[in-house]
Amino acid sequence: MPQGKLCNRQPINTDEQLKLTLSDKSGKQYYAEMQELDVDTNALWATIQKTMKSRIKTWLEICAHCGMCADSCFLYQVNDCVPEQVPSYKIQSTLGHIVKKKGQVDNEFMRKCMKIAWSQCTCCNRCGMYCPHGIDMGVMFSYLRGLLYSQGFVPWELKIGSGMHRVYRAQMDVTTEDWVETCEWMAEETEEEWPGLTIPVDKQDAEIMYTCNAREPKHYPEDLAEAAVLFHVAGTNWTVPSEGWEQTSLSMFAGDWECCKDNVNHVYDAIERLNPARVTGTECGHAHRATVIEGPYWAGRKDGLPPKPYIHYVEWLAEALREGKLKIDPAKRIKEPVTLQDSCNYVRNQGLKDVTREILSYIVEPGYFVEMAPNKEHNYCCGGGGGFNGIGLYREQRNVALRKKMDQILDTGCKLVIAPCHNCWDAIRDLEEEYEIGIRWSFLKPLIIGMLDIPEGMRVEW
Amino acid sequence: MYELLTGPFMWLVFAISFGGLLVRVVLYFKGLSQQLDRVAYKAHLSYGLKGAFNSIFSWLNPVGARAWRKKPGFTLVFFAFHIGLLATPIFLAAHNIMLQENVGFGLPQMPAFLADLLSWTVIVACVAIVLRRIALPEVRILTTAYDYLMLLITVAPFVTGLIARYQMGDYQFWLLAHIITGQIWLLCLPFTKLSHCVLFFCSRAQLGMDYGIKRGGLKGSTFSW
Ligand code: SF4
Ligand code: SF4
Ligand code: SF4
Repeated sequence: MPQGKLCNRQPINTDEQLKLTLSDKSGKQYYAEMQELDVDTNALWATIQKTMKSRIKTWLEICAHCGMCADSCFLYQVNDCVPEQVPSYKIQSTLGHIVKKKGQVDNEFMRKCMKIAWSQCTCCNRCGMYCPHGIDMGVMFSYLRGLLYSQGFVPWELKIGSGMHRVYRAQMDVTTEDWVETCEWMAEETEEEWPGLTIPVDKQDAEIMYTCNAREPKHYPEDLAEAAVLFHVAGTNWTVPSEGWEQTSLSMFAGDWECCKDNVNHVYDAIERLNPARVTGTECGHAHRATVIEGPYWAGRKDGLPPKPYIHYVEWLAEALREGKLKIDPAKRIKEPVTLQDSCNYVRNQGLKDVTREILSYIVEPGYFVEMAPNKEHNYCCGGGGGFNGIGLYREQRNVALRKKMDQILDTGCKLVIAPCHNCWDAIRDLEEEYEIGIRWSFLKPLIIGMLDIPEGMRVEW
Repeated sequence: MYELLTGPFMWLVFAISFGGLLVRVVLYFKGLSQQLDRVAYKAHLSYGLKGAFNSIFSWLNPVGARAWRKKPGFTLVFFAFHIGLLATPIFLAAHNIMLQENVGFGLPQMPAFLADLLSWTVIVACVAIVLRRIALPEVRILTTAYDYLMLLITVAPFVTGLIARYQMGDYQFWLLAHIITGQIWLLCLPFTKLSHCVLFFCSRAQLGMDYGIKRGGLKGSTFSW
């Protein structure tokens, strides 16, 4: 049973293995080894028997093969409506086949499944709303990803991503020291302009504990600074934990459920340790889904909730604006057509559709906000969800996937897109790079800071 | 033959069919797992039930779900098919006379012309469904022989019933054929994907709970299917 040095059934658990896998340029050797990787068919079937319960079993059985789900899927739409992109077909021809064969499938089939699972479904859960039986392919593809991961058939970047979470408990190699240093550095830099601003680490009993996406300290530390500014202006008693600050989960995209559990427990431990009244995360959809919506179940929490109320950044922001803790200078409101990207991960998956619009009502001059069509819980995925953005092997397919969002944005006629989700933000950036339609895109934090009505003396102008 | 088929055998068929469906429902709910499904069913039962009812009613209503509204043609065929399929056997006069004789009570009976109309509706809708399966590439790719077999089993009692009713050919033969095809259909309910006649409600309820609890309900968002 040949398992590769890089491509194998073992998760990456050591820094050494992580570096080795990373050094394999674009996964060349990794994918070469995958061609030879054996399928442990007995283990595969045993896992299915243990974990496939009535919900997925029934879905596979009663699918009416009616095709109602076809055009609910943006990938079907942008790929010229080829029948191979019909959600039901995608799942029946992968997971359905594995189940029918009782796990007796070969390497070639598993590689085909990998391709479909990561390049033909972003787990956006839209199709589930259009199926008369309530069959949610997004849920089933997540399940299939778990099976594929356990057998080593996972895209290189996601194997590394979940390895990062295992080794660093962050999606990038940001250590506790790096993180705390970044906080200190950002506090120092920002304090020059905002006297008295701090980024308190490990403060007990704060009003808010803040968690983020490791890419922020690694690549956009200004995002952390912006969060600090807004907390500071709003007069919030807040803190960040030195450990358990990273709330994203590439392991969720990879299907590494064991790692998901470990990560989310790490964040929950921080909550228990610091005992804040509430927690809020950054503007990131999948991070919120991982830590707040799905996470409690990974951690085995009976009520399906995190240990303390854990809100998305848009909820915190709307509240601060509503209560007047943050004030917008009416002269600085957005006075150009602007549209909003509804992130599947907290809109379709948690119902946070009105709260983002409430924020817009404070920051956009009436009459300038243009809705995308469709929107809210019916919105389409940005095109890069479920890990799609980061997988080099499927870059071409991802670029095609971006076209749906491109058309939706073009239809609004807006040049400015607000995207309060890291991954949507990335997808829209890539979309502009790829198709050059002349748009700008932004998180909420920098927009709001630019519009604040700041109390006298709070800010030092240079 | 007739006596046997409509007597003890009929009871056996009913017992297997309805008993089997009941077992399927029980197994479905027993097989739900809060951790694997990631839905805290018990902890937020009231939200869950609200979501479940919202989900079921939205889909039983031909204009209740966005998917129905988007495809009016298919929706019409689909509802006509299912209404005919359910209403005809339950409210048919002949069936209720038998019921009256056997158990001493009957349900309201529908006039013969309505029964004819509904039976024809089922057959026409079934043909439309078959044509749709053949015509649309996105449905063709999903369709298997099993799907056609299910349609055949479902429509057979209506075809034979109508032939008997119009007294075309040998009445006795077609009456027996009607009874037998009807019994085959009943026996298939729990064991094939025709089980969706109950599992539809289970699946919808489950997803409705998922939305009602985790995916929006707790945030006060009424989900619009
Ligand atoms: S809409 Fe639902 S039942 Fe119909 S084919 Fe798609 S998954 Fe199957
Ligand atoms: S979950 Fe989204 S991407 Fe996946 S099949 Fe359904 S609609 Fe398509
Ligand atoms: S990146 Fe945003 S739009 Fe895309 S799937 Fe994730 S949440 Fe949805």
